[in-house]
Amino acid sequence: MHMSDGLINAPTSLLFVVVAALGLSIAAWRARSELDERTAPMAGLVAAFIFAVQMVNFPILPGVSGHLLGGALAAILVGPYTGMLCISIVLIVQALLFADGGLTALGANITNMAIIGVVVGYGVAVALRPLVVRQERLRFRVLGGISFAAALCGTVAASMGFVLEYAIGGHVTSGESTSLGAVAAYMLGAHVLIGIGEGIITAVTVTAVAKARPDLVYLLRTAPRRVEVRA
Amino acid sequence: MISLRRFLIGFALVALLVAGAVSYLASPSPDGLDAATTRGCETVQTDTGEALVGDCIARNASAHHLSDSPLADYTVGGRAHLTGVAGVIGATATFVVAGGLFWLLSRARRNRTSP
Repeated sequence: MHMSDGLINAPTSLLFVVVAALGLSIAAWRARSELDERTAPMAGLVAAFIFAVQMVNFPILPGVSGHLLGGALAAILVGPYTGMLCISIVLIVQALLFADGGLTALGANITNMAIIGVVVGYGVAVALRPLVVRQERLRFRVLGGISFAAALCGTVAASMGFVLEYAIGGHVTSGESTSLGAVAAYMLGAHVLIGIGEGIITAVTVTAVAKARPDLVYLLRTAPRRVEVRA
Repeated sequence: MISLRRFLIGFALVALLVAGAVSYLASPSPDGLDAATTRGCETVQTDTGEALVGDCIARNASAHHLSDSPLADYTVGGRAHLTGVAGVIGATATFVVAGGLFWLLSRARRNRTSP
């Protein structure tokens, strides 16, 4: 879901550079309370893992693919602020080393995938978290279901970030495929399907980490009522 | 419960396996956003390469500033069969940058809480 340069005009690109910079400043400030000697290397590996999985585009429609965005995955494993930094670093490495995602579009791409995707994905995960505490025997399945829902919602929300940017600064015409309504409808439909793939990858990964080391899952570690997930 | 060290080594190996090998299974089709921005256009071959004809958002897109870089498009020097090598380089670079930043941020907290 990496925008190229030129899809939105220069003032809008600049606006979202400012939005991204503000968001990441807050994230860097708040991430300090999520990080310690144990979780810092884990968070670095989460970023590397998301980079790797983003390379594997999966088919969703004939001639159309999708890839993991990773916002919900990172936030559930290492915390929302650290998660925002993880996705942003992935996007910066992709833009600078691999020419994937435009340089002037970097602010918009960080806003969509690293900020909107994390905020919505983590919000859904926290809202559903009490279900894990209540269920005794089905904890891993419930945790997987929560991860799936969080990732699906985060992906769709990130795609709507593009629609917002296109509405503000795109060359919107009344064409059949370039009108705001047509773009919004196509983005929504495609990203519900991509979100299902993202949800499966997120659920499998979070469940695997929770079974091996539940103490490394930020969502469980920070639950108001302590969640005991035994391997 | 497995030790933290073993867990982190295992996680790193999984990331390298995905970047270096599973990446060859990736679909070459455009992703959801690229498909949305090229709707309404057809790609035609011209003397200077490919061009989009029709009414679509991507007609406004400009080429990437770094499209001539050695790792552009997850290749090594334009060689697509080295995608796995590009993936391992990218995953390693991401780990170094992210791990370094997170180590600094975790130190910043330690220094604050225990001066």
